[in-house]
Amino acid sequence: MNSKGNTRRLLVAACALIYFFLMLPLLVVFPISLSSAPYMQFPPPGLSWQWYERYLDDPQWIDATWRSLYVGGATAALALALGVPLAFALVRSRFPGRALLDRLALAPLIVPTIILSVATYGLFAKLKLVGTWYGLVVAHTVLALPFVVLVLAAGLRDFDRALEQAAAGLGASRWQTLRRITLPMLRPSLVSAGLLAFISSFDEVVVALFLAGANMTLPKKMFDNIMMEIDPTIAAVSVIQILLVSVVLILIGRFGRGLRDSAR
Amino acid sequence: MTTRAWPALPALILLLVFFLFPVVRMLGFSLEGGTFDWYAKALGEGLYLRVFWNTFEIALLVTVFCLLLGYPLGFLMATTTPGWATLGFIFVLLPLWTSVLVRTYAWMVLLGRNGVFNRLLMEAGLTTDPIPLLHNFTGVLIGMVHVLLPYMVLPIYGAVRRIDPAIPAAAAGLGASGGRIFWRIYLPLTLNGIFAGSVLVFVLSLGFFITPALLGGGRVMMIAVLIEQQVREALNWPFAAALSAVLLVATFAIYALAQRFSQPETTR
Repeated sequence: MNSKGNTRRLLVAACALIYFFLMLPLLVVFPISLSSAPYMQFPPPGLSWQWYERYLDDPQWIDATWRSLYVGGATAALALALGVPLAFALVRSRFPGRALLDRLALAPLIVPTIILSVATYGLFAKLKLVGTWYGLVVAHTVLALPFVVLVLAAGLRDFDRALEQAAAGLGASRWQTLRRITLPMLRPSLVSAGLLAFISSFDEVVVALFLAGANMTLPKKMFDNIMMEIDPTIAAVSVIQILLVSVVLILIGRFGRGLRDSAR
Repeated sequence: MTTRAWPALPALILLLVFFLFPVVRMLGFSLEGGTFDWYAKALGEGLYLRVFWNTFEIALLVTVFCLLLGYPLGFLMATTTPGWATLGFIFVLLPLWTSVLVRTYAWMVLLGRNGVFNRLLMEAGLTTDPIPLLHNFTGVLIGMVHVLLPYMVLPIYGAVRRIDPAIPAAAAGLGASGGRIFWRIYLPLTLNGIFAGSVLVFVLSLGFFITPALLGGGRVMMIAVLIEQQVREALNWPFAAALSAVLLVATFAIYALAQRFSQPETTR
């Protein structure tokens, strides 16, 4: 019994170190973003808001932030509009080619992003879509679709269809049943799917690198800055991004289907 | 209310026009002139063959390290109280959903010549010159393990959760030691999770771009970085397409093999 307790303590200690490894990069940007030094220095000699001010005063950064926000929002909307009906069809219907469609819908998770990016870049260059925000939305929707399908399919599989039958039995039309019963009951899955689609686009950099052109998204602007010069403005932007992701995860935990389900 | 196939149509059109078509179209460039010359170049020339080996080697090492770090984490999360498990999940999911760029930037700050680690080591008198941790193999390895670790933890957590707690309890009641319980019960019953996590991490590693591009500093060449260079700098589309085709075939082959050898996961 004693040796078992010791093993457990060893396991907990090892895991504490591994958690430290996981969280360290997220934590280290906080002190750097508040540094008063004119260049990257650790530990910071003093505290100041200068890097946040520089971020807020630079129209390029603000521009990139807005673009990322609306590209992410549009991606989430489009991915839900296409992915929700797709998940319904995949879970509730049997039709020839269903298994194939299932694989196709999840394939963007498996195909390396660099291949998808290069391929889309080749096509969009022909169609003159490189540098347009809606071109980026379309490409991001392809990447976000699997998240929507996975989360919604899980929600639909746990769905108690007796409630829909009851509604139909009481004289509700199919449309009324969908609007008043089915969709409200799926709300947690819809919230999770939409937020995951948003974040997947908001954080996405490889596709944006190829397709954004001169119209930077936030990750592309960060990538270029890291390549050119490491200046602590990026630390300030990183902190803002970490806080935003935390808020989204809290929203998923509060209003969505549990974090664990959405992680699978 | 039964749904038919038509609601899938808009998504199907999107996937065909903006996913399947561009990928097939690009792969077609690799056969330009009706020959396999570009494939011969990709797989025949020592320089490029080494990039493939490099990529496989890194992917393998990343998978091994993720397994070594991920198993204890998944195991602890699955066997602790719900409160601690939730906290554990937050610490795994927060990095997972934080931008890869943010994390890569943070590792540059930590591992650089004048970075946090070297500063601490030098102040502690453990080294006089900065240790090269960035722009080399070590840096890429650390960065990739960090990005991919959550993908290993989650399937292992799921596998441990599926074990009936009565089984290890019975073994302990019959006098089995902790080590014996692990080797005879937990490990064999979680092989599926280990396998699923390892395949996922390995395959994702093969196509990695951002981390090797930034933490490798041009000195660690992986296949995805090579593809990007061929498209953006050399403008050699046929060669980039041949490299992509090889990467894609490797990816699908590993998935197909993995599916043959594993029990189908219950989540699908």
